[in-house]
Amino acid sequence: MPQRIPPLAVTACSATSALGRGVAAHAQALRAGRGGLRVNDFSSATLACFIGRAEGVENAPLPQAFAHWECRNNRLAWLGLQQDGLLAAVERVIERHGADRVGLILGTSTASIGASEEAYRRLDDGHFPEDLARPAIHTPHSLAAFVAEATGIGGPALTISTACSSSAKVFASAERMMRLGLIDAALVGGVDTLCDSVLFGFNALELVSSQPCRPFDVRRNGISIGEAAAFAVLERIEAAPRALRLIGYGESSDAHHMSTPHPQARGARAALDQALARAGLEPDAVDYINLHGTATIKNDEMEALLLPEFPRASRASSTKGFTGHTLGAAGALEAVFALLAIEHGFIPPTLHCEQPFEGPHPWLALEPHEQRVNIALSNSFGFGGNNACLAFARAEA
Amino acid sequence: MPPIVFADHAPRNVAASRLSVRIEGIGAWTRGAPDWPSMRALLRGEQGLREDAPGKPAAGALPAAERRRAPEGVLLATEIAAQACAMAARDAAGLPCVFASTQGELAITDYMCETLSVAPRELSPTKFHNSVHNAPAGYWTIATGCTAGSSAVSGYHVTFGAGLLEAAVLAAAEDTPVLFAAYDVAATGPLLEIARISRAFGMALVLAPCDEAAIPRITLTLRNRPAAITAAPAAVAALAQDNPLTAHALALLAALAGNTNSRLTLPAASGLLLDMEICT
Repeated sequence: MPQRIPPLAVTACSATSALGRGVAAHAQALRAGRGGLRVNDFSSATLACFIGRAEGVENAPLPQAFAHWECRNNRLAWLGLQQDGLLAAVERVIERHGADRVGLILGTSTASIGASEEAYRRLDDGHFPEDLARPAIHTPHSLAAFVAEATGIGGPALTISTACSSSAKVFASAERMMRLGLIDAALVGGVDTLCDSVLFGFNALELVSSQPCRPFDVRRNGISIGEAAAFAVLERIEAAPRALRLIGYGESSDAHHMSTPHPQARGARAALDQALARAGLEPDAVDYINLHGTATIKNDEMEALLLPEFPRASRASSTKGFTGHTLGAAGALEAVFALLAIEHGFIPPTLHCEQPFEGPHPWLALEPHEQRVNIALSNSFGFGGNNACLAFARAEA
Repeated sequence: MPPIVFADHAPRNVAASRLSVRIEGIGAWTRGAPDWPSMRALLRGEQGLREDAPGKPAAGALPAAERRRAPEGVLLATEIAAQACAMAARDAAGLPCVFASTQGELAITDYMCETLSVAPRELSPTKFHNSVHNAPAGYWTIATGCTAGSSAVSGYHVTFGAGLLEAAVLAAAEDTPVLFAAYDVAATGPLLEIARISRAFGMALVLAPCDEAAIPRITLTLRNRPAAITAAPAAVAALAQDNPLTAHALALLAALAGNTNSRLTLPAASGLLLDMEICT
């Protein structure tokens, strides 16, 4: 098992999704049990399902200076960066430490593939149309390259693209760079946007529900796909002794199957155990677990096997019923939800779960409720059997 | 609930601005130089590209059924990874791995975009799950029984340096050997004009944390002031003409192929360079 790590301060965070713009909108919706899924009005051909679509992305072009980065994913990133004082927080850490001492590690699975899809729909005699013939957006690094330019961050900049664990793993990479002294602060996060690739791709795998997704419900029959931008600024705790903290993380591989989780939750359990070991905690210290909870038959069945490690007082929920599965952004978005649970003292409910199956029932939060949360975990699992678990805590009293 | 106290932190190492990693194993593949010995001979000018070389990587680490179905990037990445692990005499099952690729599986991206533009409901489910950037990491960990963490990264034109830095940081911070593989495959269809990559190329290293006495070794230092980027040797520059990942990888491989210590500089981010001392 890994050694305990020094905790890091989360000195800013932001979220933008179908629940709105900024953490306040998210905290309100999660506390009120008010979801953001709607009938699919996005895909280029009809597909009967529900989606978590961020409002107003179409009407929010990038500033002229960044026009060369135009695409839906970078628009959503830019909207996200403008919430919750995030850009100001990045400016502050650049001023304090120097641009080259600030790292940028972002997770994405879609990146701006939506723009590549559009180019193929509008091919001009076999060539990309002129407005989309911009190579830098047709690559997985489009998001991080844009954010580096938009923020002026000059340290290491990396895209992690491990499907639905992408933007959980960014916290781990940033912690390692900080522990080695290569950087003094990092902007981490994830942005994924709706596109035909994921809507029709998950549909081809028969993993998309025709209804709003119902995590851990006996009648669950698949995911609802969403989009989101979520970010966090990490610094050493001396910079902000009172701030909430990243205290642990775990990363593992299932070594089982490309698109189906290990049936005994081997990889998920390894990630969880590592996160607790790095945090120096036993499971009984955990107040809240934000589950991956995609509402596929197999994920939820597998993930439920983890819960008996925790005492009955630990509360667990999946927030996918609020936002949809935001894929490469889910790790960062749900990390923000774990932080909100600690900061505001509430447990988000498992929206749309009406008849939970027996195994996870004792731990599942079905209704929103107010409760002090000191330690919260967030699980993220992706294709290829790629698993990550994050642990967050309130600053010590 | 008692207050949470963090008392026994692991010691913090905030002074390190240099990272040293020992090179335990090297893998390489491009058409005509399908392993490290032939790549090394090419870089030393001892032999050219082999005309009779296979057109696709052997990918012997994959089960036969997977090998028949797997996309080119998976064959390439698992081939170079297996070569590096074999040379290092490391069991892949315990090695965390970082797979770096500028563009991932370009032929599948072309297939997906093409199919979505004409018949989105006919998209192949297998092609969809093979389209994720971490498909090689997935196939590799499944084939080798690797349950350690696996990652898939990109940094556009600085993917090689950014990925190498990530792998070296992982090795040093977690005090573990790490498998690093960098690869790209050729673009097809309308994407070719945009992504431009026309040649499959990959290289892999098994990196282990070390002090500054171990050899062969790379010592990395971050540099934020401008400096000249080390070019790939002129004799192999044609292999790298449309992909910076290949150029950067060949520059490092050329240093590793030499018999003398050397230095090189490669980009790791916009405005950030990696100075490397290579001790062989």
